[in-house]
Amino acid sequence: MAESTPPISVTTQKDIRIVEFTNNKILDEGNITDIGATLKALIEEGSPPKLLLDFANVDHLSSAALGMLINANNEVKKKDGKLRLTNIKPQIFEVFVITKLNKLFKIKPTRSDALNSFDE
Amino acid sequence: MDKAGSKRRSRGGKSGSLRSGPTGQSHFVFTIPSDHAASHEVQMKIIGDVERRGFHEQSLFAIRVALDEAMINAIKHGNRHHKKKKVHIEATITADEARIEIEDEGPGFHRSSVPDPTLPKNLEKCSGRGILLIEAYMDEVKWTHGGRRLRMVKRNEPSLIPRG
Repeated sequence: MAESTPPISVTTQKDIRIVEFTNNKILDEGNITDIGATLKALIEEGSPPKLLLDFANVDHLSSAALGMLINANNEVKKKDGKLRLTNIKPQIFEVFVITKLNKLFKIKPTRSDALNSFDE
Repeated sequence: MDKAGSKRRSRGGKSGSLRSGPTGQSHFVFTIPSDHAASHEVQMKIIGDVERRGFHEQSLFAIRVALDEAMINAIKHGNRHHKKKKVHIEATITADEARIEIEDEGPGFHRSSVPDPTLPKNLEKCSGRGILLIEAYMDEVKWTHGGRRLRMVKRNEPSLIPRG
């Protein structure tokens, strides 16, 4: 079950941390724990944290992964930071719609839209 | 290596299949420990069969989401990861539909006791979405045996993507 590649990659643009999921399934419990821990570390180091999550490679999302994302959102809010989600495929976006989490998260269609929205 | 397969009670044929091929039906019976690796193998086998039958992309996605959530529920919330407690899975797949039954050995639950995770007051809580997704994505969903057994059906049709 061990993944041969890390489940996410992190790059920086200005003061924004861009997190890209490199695994098409944010599914495995181990993956979710790892991703959650990485996000938590990124949120803790930001003052305030600015985090952009890019879902371009994601084809499947479990409720446990949604829980991890909500957790990250709560942590970001605590630190008066900003969290944006982008490049979510239509099928995955429907999961956000069904769970009404599209109302909780700030979801932008493209990465540039998302990057620009940090100034809003 | 084949943890799920080694625990499988096959009714004939290979890979737990009664008959193979897109015109017949596949019947899978598995009993696995409360273990995510074994669960993953079962999911791969069922999804693999659904995929081979050329289910519409949306139906395939729906089954993948619901099956994953149902297995997590059985292992985590039903059996509470007890290694001695098993999860029983039975799936019948035809070209028209996938019928899946999953039973755990936990205490069961009342569907009405699970709070609605889409209510504004619950939106920021981290749990409670598995059942919602199962019900949204499958055509028929029924819990019996005090909530320990879940029966769900997905028809192979180009249905509109469900909306909450």
